[in-house]
Amino acid sequence: MTWETVIGLEIHSQLRTQSKIFSGASTAFGSKANTQACAVDLGFPGVLPVLNEEVVKMALRFGLSVNAAINKNSIFARKNYFYPDLPKGYQISQFEIPIVGQGAIEITLESGDLKTVGITRAHLEEDAGKSIHDLYDDYTAIDLNRAGTPLLEIVSDPDMSSAKEAVAYAKKIHALVQYIDICDGNMQEGSFRCDANVSVRKQGEGLGTRAELKNINSFKFLEKAINIEVERQIDILEEGGSVVQETRLYDSIKNETRSMRSKEEANDYRYFPDPDLLPVVISDELLEEIKKELPELPTEKKIRFIESLGLSPYDAEVLTSQKEVAEYFESIIKQGADAKLTANWVMGDLSAALNKSQIEIFDSPISAHELFVLISRITDNTISGKIAKDVFKLMWDGKGSADEIIDKQGLKQMTDSSAIESMIDDVIANNPAQVQQFKDGNSKVLGFFVGQVMKASQGKANPKQVNEILNAKLS
Amino acid sequence: MHNLTVAELIKGLKNKDFSSLELTQHYLTRIKSSELNAFISITEDEALSQAKEADKKIKQGDSSILTGIPYAHKDIFCTKGVKTSAGSKMLDSFISPYDATVTKKLNNENMVMLGKTNMDEFAMGSSNENSYFGPVQNPWDVSKVPGGSSGGSAAAVAARLSPLATGTDTGGSIRQPASLCGITGLKPTYGRISRYGMIAYASSLDQAGPMTQNAEDAAIILTAMAGFDKHDSTSANKSVPDYTQCLEDSINGLKIGLPKEFFSEGLDSDVEKVVMQSIKEYESMGAEIKEVSLPNSIHAIPAYYIVAPCECSSNLSRFDGVRYGYRCEDPKDLNDLYLRSRSEGFGEEVKRRIMIGAYALSAGYYDAYYLKAQKVRQLISEDFKKAFNEVDLIMGPVSPSVAFKLGSVKDPVSMYLADIYTLSVNLAGLPGMSIPAGFSGNLPVGLQLIGNHWSEELLLNAAHQFQMRTDWHKHSPAEN
Repeated sequence: MTWETVIGLEIHSQLRTQSKIFSGASTAFGSKANTQACAVDLGFPGVLPVLNEEVVKMALRFGLSVNAAINKNSIFARKNYFYPDLPKGYQISQFEIPIVGQGAIEITLESGDLKTVGITRAHLEEDAGKSIHDLYDDYTAIDLNRAGTPLLEIVSDPDMSSAKEAVAYAKKIHALVQYIDICDGNMQEGSFRCDANVSVRKQGEGLGTRAELKNINSFKFLEKAINIEVERQIDILEEGGSVVQETRLYDSIKNETRSMRSKEEANDYRYFPDPDLLPVVISDELLEEIKKELPELPTEKKIRFIESLGLSPYDAEVLTSQKEVAEYFESIIKQGADAKLTANWVMGDLSAALNKSQIEIFDSPISAHELFVLISRITDNTISGKIAKDVFKLMWDGKGSADEIIDKQGLKQMTDSSAIESMIDDVIANNPAQVQQFKDGNSKVLGFFVGQVMKASQGKANPKQVNEILNAKLS
Repeated sequence: MHNLTVAELIKGLKNKDFSSLELTQHYLTRIKSSELNAFISITEDEALSQAKEADKKIKQGDSSILTGIPYAHKDIFCTKGVKTSAGSKMLDSFISPYDATVTKKLNNENMVMLGKTNMDEFAMGSSNENSYFGPVQNPWDVSKVPGGSSGGSAAAVAARLSPLATGTDTGGSIRQPASLCGITGLKPTYGRISRYGMIAYASSLDQAGPMTQNAEDAAIILTAMAGFDKHDSTSANKSVPDYTQCLEDSINGLKIGLPKEFFSEGLDSDVEKVVMQSIKEYESMGAEIKEVSLPNSIHAIPAYYIVAPCECSSNLSRFDGVRYGYRCEDPKDLNDLYLRSRSEGFGEEVKRRIMIGAYALSAGYYDAYYLKAQKVRQLISEDFKKAFNEVDLIMGPVSPSVAFKLGSVKDPVSMYLADIYTLSVNLAGLPGMSIPAGFSGNLPVGLQLIGNHWSEELLLNAAHQFQMRTDWHKHSPAEN
């Protein structure tokens, strides 16, 4: 039997404001427990929330970047439940009328095809504090520094049909929120969190019962969690059972999902409009202002890379998939380097080295300018592309700049044609059999000669010149 | 000295007839010898040092109009370093780390806080019998209730334990005790006074206001309490006039509406007589009297007793025994901590309203209760809007009866019914006032004045003009 997977994601993206969504306390991460929570965050008697206008602007930036309908009058509601790290006994969120309505975003599938994923809504809410269960034997410790941190919850339509698509979508949103500078995207610190709603169905049938997967803090785990959950659901259904609607926790160590609470156990949140806050009214002027301030979005950038830099759609996609990568790439181009060559270097050697060392591009030991210099040495014929790879490795290891390394190691390309000619003469003289093969019409032997000459020159001979002279001498 | 009004005390301080310290000591002595249970906390030390500070300021010529005037503060306003209990066991141990905006404003005037007044727990009640700290006695008859929830404040002003008090009014909690204790109480338009630091009962209805001997004093205090506060998004960004400026204006030609629904079954005949007598007084001052109709006001009680419990069920969730306030002994686990802290920390009426609210907000009931109540609220507002197209002020009774015997009303619904004339004003966010208008036997009867949004000046003007012609507000209960 063929099963179809249906996935929708809820992404909690922490907005990078200086202060909290409803109080003046700082949002900085990593401070001493409970030092960044004021009377409002602590839910003291009599305190009232006041909306931080910056979060509204950030939500609008997001809404406009996914072409969403903006609700000109959105409402904050209270989501009521008891938990020790929820000081007021309710979370201020948006329920019936979120600030951002239906929108969409395009993702690139592995096949290279494009797919549009709908965004149901995005709403503003405050984060809860943290319960720390393993600090004391008999007690749970509460840290309310995070309480009141602004979140934008981005809810997708159930448009993804595989774990890979879900990851592609999540990465796309991850890149976007960083492009428009509303979230730092740090998944380790919990600034960007994904919950996945997963269900399976037989082809052509209506939606199956879904499970909501929580506690996923990396793209890798997102893919694994969905795959393991899909397997679990198919197994149940194929054995004639039925899937229970519930929230399941992903355990990355055991690579399994396990039940957290069923629908019956789920809280009745008793939502109602928060009487302490006025409706959020968005004026046309504000929308226009935000529109003007929006930076070039990934899709726009991709089109520009294809159309004015002549990159392939694949290269353009890879280079725009992360804000910092695009910035790094563009910085090299702006200094005058060739676009295609630069793309190859960024996506090739640099990307491989970064991956190997698990370093983000903004921490790269080779700066954009340093890579520009290296690329320039290829285009000005100082070194060959092959030698450049060696230089790159040395640069990566901190052995100096491109020019220093070329100089010190004497890697400068040999462009003196008389010197190259004499090396070629030697090679021809020492390999009469191959010369005969070439003369008999086996043109492939040319590669052998090139290799011998390059070997003799320790890689420094200009390959183009070697080719030209060889061709002339042999024919 | 204690029969002087705030306006007279201001003059006395200015003329150095007495110092703030003398005044403060005088009131403190009276408070300490009173058995009315009007105060939860007497802040003697703080009061004396505030009074000394005020005297210094007066001497230096660095004083404002209210500098050195003592006041009693309802125990629902947060006061830094002073117990703020809201009349609840839940907050019996709670020392607020910050000042409410109202507290701050009165402090900035260098007023002197005598103490924190008794109240129904979390402002839920109409008799002050729901206080963890015991009921307050009505100074006119100690076997009677003072009304609620600002019963301690009303009794304190009536018994001249304080020249003025603060109150809060969610469904009549300033006006009804003012009426039952024979003082002047003003509930301003919703949004006139900041709610920041005022422990929330029902956020969309709660509004602070002054409780005084007369309208002139109310005007002086309102001027000090009112104004936009950036900490309260629901406070109005509207300038504050000097409310005393309009008191002497003529009310000749003022159009007064009498809602026919306020003079029907259930209204005590003595109360009705007093109210009608007052209306005649207004007529004699040149006012035009007209019958109006507020057809939806009969739905005010059910609508209020949905909206207010819904909001309170959520507002009171923060009292969970985790961070401050009452915590049960030896909780077994988290659930036990919640269950027992809240069961033991809250009184019966508070628990009843939390349960009603939680029920009305729950899935499947929200539309039928909360949404319906909000629609009724809209209809009530529209009734008032229509009425105010025809008249300038609406007048009627505050409460269907005079003060009743302590312990006599046992059924909560009967108690709710006593709020019939006051609730609709909160639901519509309008300003309302209670002024002394006469007596039934030895118990005072109040007259309610209801104005359109932001018509506090007119309300105070009409009240003051009445008080220029009558002396009901000058009566004070016999001293024991």
